[in-house]
Amino acid sequence: MTLATRERLPAPLPDAAPTWLASRRAAALQHFTEVGFPNTRQEAWRFTDISPIANAAFTPASAATLTPGAIAPYVFGSDEGVRLVFVNGHYDAALSLTPTLPAGVAVLPLSAALADPAHAKRIEKHLGALADITTDPFIALNTSYATEGAYLFVPNGIDLGSNVHLLFVTARGAAGTVAHPRNLIILEDGARAEVVEQFVGLDDGAYFVNPVTESVVGANAELVHYKVQREGLGAWHVGALAARQARDARYYGFSAAIGSAIGRTDIRTVFAGPGGEAVLNGLYLVRGDQLIDHHTRIEHREPNCASRELYKGVLDGRGHAVFNGQVYVTPEAQKTDGKQTNRNLVLSNGARVDTKPELEIFADDVKCTHGATVGRLEKMSLFYLESRGIGPTLATRMLTYAFAAEVLSSLSIPPVRTQLEALLGEWLG
Amino acid sequence: MLEIKNLTAKAGDKEILTGISLTVKAGEVHAIMGPNGSGKSTLAQVLAGHPSYEVTGGSVTFLGQDLLALEPEKRAQAGVFLAFQYPVEIAGVTNAYFLRAAFNEQRKARGEEEVDPIDFIDLLEEKLKIVEWGPEIMQRAVNFGFSGGEKKRNEILQMAVLSPKLAILDETDSGLDIDALRIVANGVNKLQRPDAATIVVTHYQRLLDHVVPDFVHVLAGGRIVKSGGKELALELEARGYEWLEDSAIAGARA
Repeated sequence: MTLATRERLPAPLPDAAPTWLASRRAAALQHFTEVGFPNTRQEAWRFTDISPIANAAFTPASAATLTPGAIAPYVFGSDEGVRLVFVNGHYDAALSLTPTLPAGVAVLPLSAALADPAHAKRIEKHLGALADITTDPFIALNTSYATEGAYLFVPNGIDLGSNVHLLFVTARGAAGTVAHPRNLIILEDGARAEVVEQFVGLDDGAYFVNPVTESVVGANAELVHYKVQREGLGAWHVGALAARQARDARYYGFSAAIGSAIGRTDIRTVFAGPGGEAVLNGLYLVRGDQLIDHHTRIEHREPNCASRELYKGVLDGRGHAVFNGQVYVTPEAQKTDGKQTNRNLVLSNGARVDTKPELEIFADDVKCTHGATVGRLEKMSLFYLESRGIGPTLATRMLTYAFAAEVLSSLSIPPVRTQLEALLGEWLG
Repeated sequence: MLEIKNLTAKAGDKEILTGISLTVKAGEVHAIMGPNGSGKSTLAQVLAGHPSYEVTGGSVTFLGQDLLALEPEKRAQAGVFLAFQYPVEIAGVTNAYFLRAAFNEQRKARGEEEVDPIDFIDLLEEKLKIVEWGPEIMQRAVNFGFSGGEKKRNEILQMAVLSPKLAILDETDSGLDIDALRIVANGVNKLQRPDAATIVVTHYQRLLDHVVPDFVHVLAGGRIVKSGGKELALELEARGYEWLEDSAIAGARA
């Protein structure tokens, strides 16, 4: 029996769910029922066994009340612009922070946006257009059951001006529950926004979070889009980010993964116009029996686009990391400039890394490189530090910090960088 | 201060030091010279505890302690400093952070209080003058992208900050232009103290024009084949190493 058949259908969204939404959900559920959960015989899931999720029983997570103090360790203080807080997948207005924004800009819970005719029209146009239910059963699952999430709209030529923090908190005692947050980000031509999605768990229960975010980036628009996954260590987190970039659009993504027992993020961006730029960076810190998986796919479908990708990982204990980076270049995408790097630092004998770059290039005038490394700290570097009186424990910590912090230096939202540097320091102990 | 007795060491299966004996007293400057492959850099690295070498015999006593029994960081904390022939680039760690960490680890080991970043900056300012550098260098990653000369100057800066009791300079003069050589040599001279000793490992005599040794030892085939005063360095400059190598081989045969 699968989760889909066992889970009770949530209430329609909102009261009078538009028929287009009802039919998209039905189609997604139909698809999921047909294909079921993925298994390790499928290439995209070869190294990531999600059978603990497939075999578990979940009920939809119900709302919980949290004090501001409970989320205080996760917010950005005075550096924070807009904050939407979702507790167990439910929007919490009291914990959210919604200052006045430039005219026409909307940062709303999805349910509220659907109640507004102009936004509902945009949602109808874009929801499900980028996150394809047929490419990933978990996207189908989310599309079937999503009831809430964030909606962000920035009109033509407007800079949202302050960062947007989407904080998804799972409260204590949520073991056995599931939430399917669904976010939609729409930047019209020339617009700009900074969005941070942060997922945190307040205990280590076996709950499941299955988020999907779609980002429509208009011509010459710029989206800075970070995801920070720090679920509880008993949690399962399987999510997807899908973006489409129009002409000259910039997408600056970062995925940090520190939490969860099994954590998987699929990231896909498509160049739908020439001249675009995408940066997909990330950092994962994996220890204990954690499994952290990133699958990225950059589709160069138009000429003169550039993509840069740097994922770094540090592994300890029996941690297992999976990285798969697809770069797909169509025959039209001449002058593509792509560079992908995945570097893993292994601190223990029990850790494991499966890294695989996949370049599929069908154009002839392109510059695409990739590199993947799995290694230990350099003996000579350790000796150099030791020869100055720094013992092996501190030397290892310093070198590991330096290895990981390099990729954090690309973060352009200061409080996120500060937070992740602190988390890295804590993780190293 | 330092007493090396019949020290032998190998790298892999290769015997490199075949029996070194050397005594260094406080306040002295010893030069170790010799052709390539004679074992002089190996000697320097073995004293610092380099992991690529295995000591197979002999003893090293430093200030009454069995130096060879100490881990590399303990040797440093005891006052041994090796200026590397090839300083290692450490990406992502600033010179400031690295130096302060090393300084404080050594203080902690001596039971002294750690120095906070502000006080450390004051201390650094003075030390930077020794190598004729401004404070900008402290924000660069350790040796990362440094020129050969900058790397050697950075070694002397570290030595200045850590003020070791025994400084071992491993070919610190190689690859330096005249200006850098002058700065490095001045630094070494300024840092000499009556209670500290210096071992200068070098292939060439030119550094010894600036850093004048009390004793010169010539290594060949992994052992000291000749010792003398500073005039021995001049003789080596004039005659090369071959005559000594020949006599070493003759000595080994005899």
